[in-house]
Amino acid sequence: MKARVHIAGWGVISAIGNSVPQVFDSLRNSSGGIAPLTLFDSVHTGVLPVGEVKLGNAALAEILSLPVATPRAVMLGIHAAREAVKNSEIDLKKWRTGLISATTVGGMDKTEEFFKEFLIDPKKGKLRNVVNHSCGKSTELIAQDLGIKRFISTINTACSSSANAIALGSRMISAGLLDIVVAGGTDSLTKFTINGFNSLMILDSKFCRPFDASRSGLNLGEGAGFIILISDKVKKSEGIRTTSYVSGYANTNDAFHQTASSPDGRGSFAAMQQALEMSNLLPQQIDYINLHGTGTVNNDLSEGTAIRKLYGSRPPRLSSTKAFTGHTLGASGGIEAVFSLLTINQQCVFPNLRFENAIPEIGITPQLHFETRLPIHNVMSNSFGFGGNCSSLIFSRSDN
Amino acid sequence: MPLYINGIGAISPQKTWGDEGVLLSAPIDYPNNYLACVEPDYTQYIDAKHLRRMSRILKMGVAASTLALKEAEINIPDGIITGTGYGCLEDTGIFLRKMVEQKEQALNPTPFIQSTHNTIGSQIALLLTCQGYNQTYTQEAFSFENSLLDASLQLSEHPDQNFLVGGVDEFTGLSLQIQNRFGIFRKTVGSSLDLFKTSSSGTLPGEGAFYFALSGKKTKQSLVSIDVVETFFKPTKEELLDGINQFMKSHDLKKNGIDLVLAGKSGDNATEILTDVILNEAFGSSPVGVFKHLCGEYSTASAFAVWLGARIIQYQHVPPIILDKPINTSVKNILIYNPHFENYHSLILLRSC
Amino acid sequence: MKELMADLKKQIIEALNLKHLKPEDIGDDQPLFVEGLGLDSIDALELIVLLQQQYNIKLTNPQDGPKIFKSVKSIAEFIQQHQTA
Repeated sequence: MKARVHIAGWGVISAIGNSVPQVFDSLRNSSGGIAPLTLFDSVHTGVLPVGEVKLGNAALAEILSLPVATPRAVMLGIHAAREAVKNSEIDLKKWRTGLISATTVGGMDKTEEFFKEFLIDPKKGKLRNVVNHSCGKSTELIAQDLGIKRFISTINTACSSSANAIALGSRMISAGLLDIVVAGGTDSLTKFTINGFNSLMILDSKFCRPFDASRSGLNLGEGAGFIILISDKVKKSEGIRTTSYVSGYANTNDAFHQTASSPDGRGSFAAMQQALEMSNLLPQQIDYINLHGTGTVNNDLSEGTAIRKLYGSRPPRLSSTKAFTGHTLGASGGIEAVFSLLTINQQCVFPNLRFENAIPEIGITPQLHFETRLPIHNVMSNSFGFGGNCSSLIFSRSDN
Repeated sequence: MPLYINGIGAISPQKTWGDEGVLLSAPIDYPNNYLACVEPDYTQYIDAKHLRRMSRILKMGVAASTLALKEAEINIPDGIITGTGYGCLEDTGIFLRKMVEQKEQALNPTPFIQSTHNTIGSQIALLLTCQGYNQTYTQEAFSFENSLLDASLQLSEHPDQNFLVGGVDEFTGLSLQIQNRFGIFRKTVGSSLDLFKTSSSGTLPGEGAFYFALSGKKTKQSLVSIDVVETFFKPTKEELLDGINQFMKSHDLKKNGIDLVLAGKSGDNATEILTDVILNEAFGSSPVGVFKHLCGEYSTASAFAVWLGARIIQYQHVPPIILDKPINTSVKNILIYNPHFENYHSLILLRSC
Repeated sequence: MKELMADLKKQIIEALNLKHLKPEDIGDDQPLFVEGLGLDSIDALELIVLLQQQYNIKLTNPQDGPKIFKSVKSIAEFIQQHQTA
């Protein structure tokens, strides 16, 4: 029996709020954060709906007392990670603490600025804009800010990245290698990703409608989400009351196509099934599923098919919160882990915005309204990425 | 718990695939100082219809994984874990350039799709239809070490399984131009093999693709075991020495009694000041071999060291190009100490099995 | 029409990196997707880019792809329709 891994704190920043309380308010009030792009100059500015964090780079740098040259993803990551650490009220230095973060593009926003000048003249372009390009560098900077040195790692498995970070953190604590892990991820909107997804023709020109019959693509988003994972020993020694623990996780590969999910959702099905096996739960014991639910024709059909296979015509309450935040790529696992934990903490479920008609092939109607006073004991959070990387996390309510 | 290496696939600036002959008996010199990989004919490993779309780093990764599985006599592994410091640089550069030049219009999707770091591991999974665990680590010079750590966690839970674990990185014309501006490379053009014969600032850029077929249990294919992997991030000199000493103590290693230390000295005289102190104080009179004049300096260079160490133990042959003085005893344990600039230091212990 | 199809074959080979093929290896009516040349959805997106770059035709709905890209002949017919329109 694996040693239990508790959640002692959380932090989040996204299009619907700059902290956990703000985000919860928005979710409760069905107040989405999608709006036309304003963050930078692009052919898509003012037109493409995205989920921007409502703080510009200068404002973020000032709030966090960081240099203005800091990549946006790093600032978002530090913002959320600091909230999580503060929320936990633990002195990280007392314990064997690690940071496991995730990001898909790291410091790419600054690299883009560099490239514009560099391509005209290879001697031009400020080096400070490219020194923090790599994904690993983002994690270094977050670790430096939190004072963590013992263990750092960065995962990049596209959209399942930060879910995998949480799973690895849990695994390392259960194996006795670390006492505390700050786990999650961050990603910022960049021209690179916006144009990349546009070239794949999977962006919706309107506000996305996950799991709806008329869905026609995703809206990109940005943000960061981190949770503080602790061992039994830390929980007892610090006398922390926790409301949830990590009860299961799984990582599988769809092995079907580089960007599309298999029609039968075999990778997603396997991930959900294996996470359930690990948590020793039956599918019926899951009270809420936070869907990957990007709003693309392909993902929602594939994920929906997998859920039908697992549940038949009676799935639990489920919703995609990407209708609120947009698809935050590498950060989505971390951000949606925080949302999932909120449902346990507040005994509620969040709605799936802009849903009107079920996808004919799967006939699933997601949660339509914010609902509270519900017995939420076990919650599943799905994250499925390019390259067939499928991950599922299960969080369960603590007894204490 | 030990990880058993049952097969290795190696694409590097040396001839590390095909009929290798006597280990590193004919080391390749790079007078222009850029250590680019010696690449095989990929049509041997990959079908033309898949090959057409693949970038160089994907071809290197797929070929290395195929060679590893072949040596281990495995068709489909249970999991694939890849470490890469900078991911698919060529495609990242292509998409960025086109985005600027074409003013965000009519952009080809292929370079974007292949720019994500996890493309290497997922391409391998796709070709094998491997639906098992699939992970990609990108923590600079810990990318390969994190991958080994993850494999040991997975295999301690499922010792009968087989995992492919890799370290893959490339350089491109663009990446070299940019890195050069940071002044980290040797300025004078000369012989790469003579890197350690001249004291100068700067190191040499390198690249490589390595995959190791690992199991939690010893099999008849097992060549060598990876016993422990340890990482030290931004340590002070004292913390590093202390950490290494504790490591040696916990794993029954004596300061003057390691059969061979493979040291990732970079050739840069500034960073080597600390490296030499560590080698002297932590490893005393144990024989020390070097390897970055053969593979260059890059995020996953420790994978080259693991390949080298494994083959040394397997063949009981220490190539003169890595160590001047011959070793007269058998080589049963090899400790790889890999410093990467100032902030990254790792230890990997290999043992004969 | 013949000239357009000849050009298209060269452009398709170039855009999709079909180095092992020569233009004469691709039949005018040969299916491009699934069977025949065995192209996939990523190739379809690349062909959409080709239409824009070479012929200034912008396809906004990728679902129209399968019909238009059925064969070199169907692509040529589509281009001619849109260029005379």
